[in-house]
Amino acid sequence: MESNRKKIIVTGAAGALAQKVIERLKLQYKIIAVDFRTKVDLGIPVESYKVDFNKRIFEDIFREHEFHGVIHLGRISASESNRFARYNANVVGTKKLFELCRKYNVPNLLVLSTYFVYGASPYNPSLLDEATPIKAADLTMDLVDSVELDNLANIYLYKHPELNITILRPCNIAGPGVRNTFSKLLSSKTAPVLWGFSPLMQFIHINDMRDAICEAFEQRKPGLYNVAPPDYIGFQDAVKNSGCRKIQIPSFPDGLTLMVSKTLNLDTLPPFLLNFYKYPVIIDGSLFTSTFDFKFKKGLEDIFNYYKSMK
Amino acid sequence: MPINSSKHNHIKMSCIHCNLNVISIFDLINSILSIMPGNKKISLEEIKSYFDSSEIEKYKELFPNNIGSFGYDPWGFNLKGIKGTLGVGKFMYEKFFRVEAFGLENIPKEGRVLIVPNHSGQLPLDGSLVGYAMMTNPYAPRLPKAMVERFFPTMPFVGNYLSSIGAVLGEPNNASSLLKKEEAVIVFPEGVRGSGKLFKDRYKLQRFGNGFMHIAMKHETPIIPAGIVGCEESIISFADIKPLAKFFGIPYFPLAIPFIFPTKVYIHFGKPLFFDKEVKNEFEIEARVKMVKGEIKKLINLGLSKRKSIF
Repeated sequence: MESNRKKIIVTGAAGALAQKVIERLKLQYKIIAVDFRTKVDLGIPVESYKVDFNKRIFEDIFREHEFHGVIHLGRISASESNRFARYNANVVGTKKLFELCRKYNVPNLLVLSTYFVYGASPYNPSLLDEATPIKAADLTMDLVDSVELDNLANIYLYKHPELNITILRPCNIAGPGVRNTFSKLLSSKTAPVLWGFSPLMQFIHINDMRDAICEAFEQRKPGLYNVAPPDYIGFQDAVKNSGCRKIQIPSFPDGLTLMVSKTLNLDTLPPFLLNFYKYPVIIDGSLFTSTFDFKFKKGLEDIFNYYKSMK
Repeated sequence: MPINSSKHNHIKMSCIHCNLNVISIFDLINSILSIMPGNKKISLEEIKSYFDSSEIEKYKELFPNNIGSFGYDPWGFNLKGIKGTLGVGKFMYEKFFRVEAFGLENIPKEGRVLIVPNHSGQLPLDGSLVGYAMMTNPYAPRLPKAMVERFFPTMPFVGNYLSSIGAVLGEPNNASSLLKKEEAVIVFPEGVRGSGKLFKDRYKLQRFGNGFMHIAMKHETPIIPAGIVGCEESIISFADIKPLAKFFGIPYFPLAIPFIFPTKVYIHFGKPLFFDKEVKNEFEIEARVKMVKGEIKKLINLGLSKRKSIF
């Protein structure tokens, strides 16, 4: 039974989302979990490694196992490292991973990107589709690694169709265990907001995101997909409904806002994301839902009730 | 007991203060209305009647059908915003500007349509009045979206407020998405050239952009020209202080009388114009734009001929 199960590798195993994906797939596949940061104990059926993709030893995992697929969720976030180390790990490391997939004929590759790549510009139309030019790198250098990772995955998608790459660009992932900026903010008792700005936002529950990843991986329909439920809320309303107390930050002139953000040095108001606190980035997730016949099970109410219950 | 009585006194003082504010606003409104012929004063009860919260029930069936669980649509329209504004809109339309709308029967009850009026007035008052006329249209009421200038989303409070009542960033992809959803869209092809024009240029149509024609043709959408008379005199601007506009990052900085005059407004909606997709070059598009401009000019002249007094 053990030997019949196909093997897959899941990166970013220290993250809550990867652990949920592993939990869901571990009976169906033999899972090798890897992470840059730490060796995670995920119980007996799951082999776990702490490994840097840029080190030669990473190839040993591919030599040892014949992989049926890779779910690439691992990325070092802005709060964990500086811009150059992030580029090295997230972009150069991903390139190494893609090359190993080619060398060892891995036929199914799923890559998690982010809606941040579109950039928060005041001139964004609503319902950005997958063909919308990505502008985040124009607006802040701190998102260059996210944009480059996304571009790299797109290049491999078309240049190496045998890899069957599926790229997912989700909206804000939220819910239990999620440690991204907006999830940390909604978990806090006090939340910074920019005075006079309440951009429209989308949130996807971590369980729905887990299901989206598993469905996309299993159905193997290569392409680039936004993932977001068709539901929206103003940022300040989201903060209020999560039971946070708002801290108003001056929103103009831009220099003052940046200075306050740098001085406060809050995880929940990083300078490079300031525009996301001002301008909406609403993505159209209809291609994903129609291609994979996907239904969202959790709503905004579930997400905010979770954060409220933490207070 | 003494604590209670001081609290009571405090409340009493607040109420007196509040009443004084209400009375002074009430007096201000009546002084403005006294400019109008016949000097029709308005009672406090009549003002209150405009802000009856049950009014919104009449229009609920007009709201977009893609409103999410917290009352937002993908462009930021939300029930809270429209509810808070309906009374002001009604007062401005019925009492302040005493709008007379003609040709409302030309607006189709359903399906995509572009409403193309002349633009003026420094503030987006004309768009609001056209929107209110369409919402209360006895033949076919519908709630339109209005495309607004690109600098509004960058303004604190203003951007969010305008989105909440149905304004949408003037961007071709937004117009396309709305028309695909069979919505009615108000578009001002003069853009800031129209809204920022000086008093001396009133009723002189400024250069039209061609974008609206491309969108109408691409989505096979009828164009309803509209001529607005009255808004051009509501806010009087004598000059555009360009250095200040540059300093604040806005397209114009009017040297204007800081007052909205209660001018009488006439809106004439024309017959729908249909344009097929076939054109040989951009010159043919320009000819079509010129034709729409000509229709608007005729409707403006019709309004001017009906007007006996500015007020």
